[in-house]
Amino acid sequence: MSIKNKVAIVGIGETKVGKLPGRDPITIQAEAIRLALEDAGLTNKDVDCLLAKGLMDEPEFMQSTHLFEYLGMHPKITSCMDAGGASPCLMAMTAASLINAGLCEVAVCVEGENDATFVRRQEGVGMSRVSEESENVYGFIAAPVSYAMAARRHMHEFGTTGEQLAAIAVAMRKHACLNENATMRTPITIEDVMNSRWIAEPLHLLDCCLVSDGGGAFVVTTAERARNLKKRPVYILGAAAQMTHNRISQSPNPTHPGAWDAAPRVYEMAGVGPKDIDVAEIYDCFTITVLEQLEAYRFCGRGEGGRFVEGGRIELGGELPVNTHGGLLSQAHIDGMLHVVEGVRQVRGEGGARQVPNAEIALVTGNGGILSTHTSLILARG
Amino acid sequence: MQEYAKPLPIPNEDTKEFWEGCKRHELLIQRCPECHIYRFYPSSLCPKCMSAQAEWARVSGRGHIYSYAIGRHVRSPAWADAVPYILGIIELEEGVRMMSNVVECKPEEAWIGMPVEVVFEDVTPEITLPKFRPRKEGASG
Repeated sequence: MSIKNKVAIVGIGETKVGKLPGRDPITIQAEAIRLALEDAGLTNKDVDCLLAKGLMDEPEFMQSTHLFEYLGMHPKITSCMDAGGASPCLMAMTAASLINAGLCEVAVCVEGENDATFVRRQEGVGMSRVSEESENVYGFIAAPVSYAMAARRHMHEFGTTGEQLAAIAVAMRKHACLNENATMRTPITIEDVMNSRWIAEPLHLLDCCLVSDGGGAFVVTTAERARNLKKRPVYILGAAAQMTHNRISQSPNPTHPGAWDAAPRVYEMAGVGPKDIDVAEIYDCFTITVLEQLEAYRFCGRGEGGRFVEGGRIELGGELPVNTHGGLLSQAHIDGMLHVVEGVRQVRGEGGARQVPNAEIALVTGNGGILSTHTSLILARG
Repeated sequence: MQEYAKPLPIPNEDTKEFWEGCKRHELLIQRCPECHIYRFYPSSLCPKCMSAQAEWARVSGRGHIYSYAIGRHVRSPAWADAVPYILGIIELEEGVRMMSNVVECKPEEAWIGMPVEVVFEDVTPEITLPKFRPRKEGASG
């Protein structure tokens, strides 16, 4: 029944990220898919399942059907999925399950949008209609204000400091400096983060993710088929998910996200523990998001995340390199898709200047809403 | 009178009575007649026992700050006159939490656990928003 070692990721694709004026979601997604299929040594005719993250800025009715038509595909299965930034890992586990059940054989999962250059038709539109009704009216303008409330609780409960959060931003930026396809490539210090303007206190500008155009995709197939393709397969060893709420006021505890429940499950399925993880691509919409997940994944104790990220522990060369691509904080906000792509890249040994030596096992996480949804994968070198 | 430019709630089937209560300066919270828990936001089902019934209770409006953030970044013109503002998750005595603003309070004076009480802001002729101000412990509403 388990998907462990039954499916592999065999192709990855990543478009240029940042500002891509004049492009739109369909061209970005199509490019990401073309690159991923090329990487896999497969074609559109091989694909019998297409999963796409639902569009955020301008949702489109049955969007993935437009996409497969554009790509000349006639899949058995298609759907859009939307669990926010938890979607890429969710798409991977869904594809793995469909493949494992014999319902399809080659699945492509894609995310792509032009969030940076998209021209909004309405100002101040919230994350959802329900959010508009009950949160926008009080000044919830976008995610930072709510994540700031999670950060403040963490500071209140555990004494976490702004400087400790800043260390996370510094690490992500260091890694982005090694990534040619990253938006922010000027090194920063903890002081720079602390001096950057407040967005929603206690989060500074540099504690917050970018807004970006760009997309990514990956191809999943059976372990058997993977062994006959051109690149070394990356097996899915484990997957897990836990959802907790929609609005932060309804979160049972903003310092104890769903990751706490998902972590033991993904480790158990994979048959590994925190000490076995060589590299971690952790969804980083805000610095606090990373800190809470490091605790949830038991890399340190509850409340100890602040101390854990000090002293370069999560930088390349440290005990647990995190977000070797620069993440949402410094590479680009591609909804967590490039965390899956980078995890695959690292385990294959294709990380170039930012390769973690001998990386064999990667943890990849996804998070959506306001710590509302959570997913994770453990990937292993084939 | 300057037109209110910030987003406004649109009362619906679930929330209509809540917003009418606010207009009367009453804070109404639903209570399940079967399992007796309070629930917020208003909805047609009890999240605990799935009962489709609801009673509305007028509550004291007393609570405390569970968490808060200080909005300092003006992302849309409607909020230019509001910054810095305190956006908070308020936990009412009844145990439910809601997002609102903390008013009559300097940003640096807010703290997690601060006792608050509801006040009502008539922002338009149709809509009144419930907000929260600091309360002295022991003071009754």
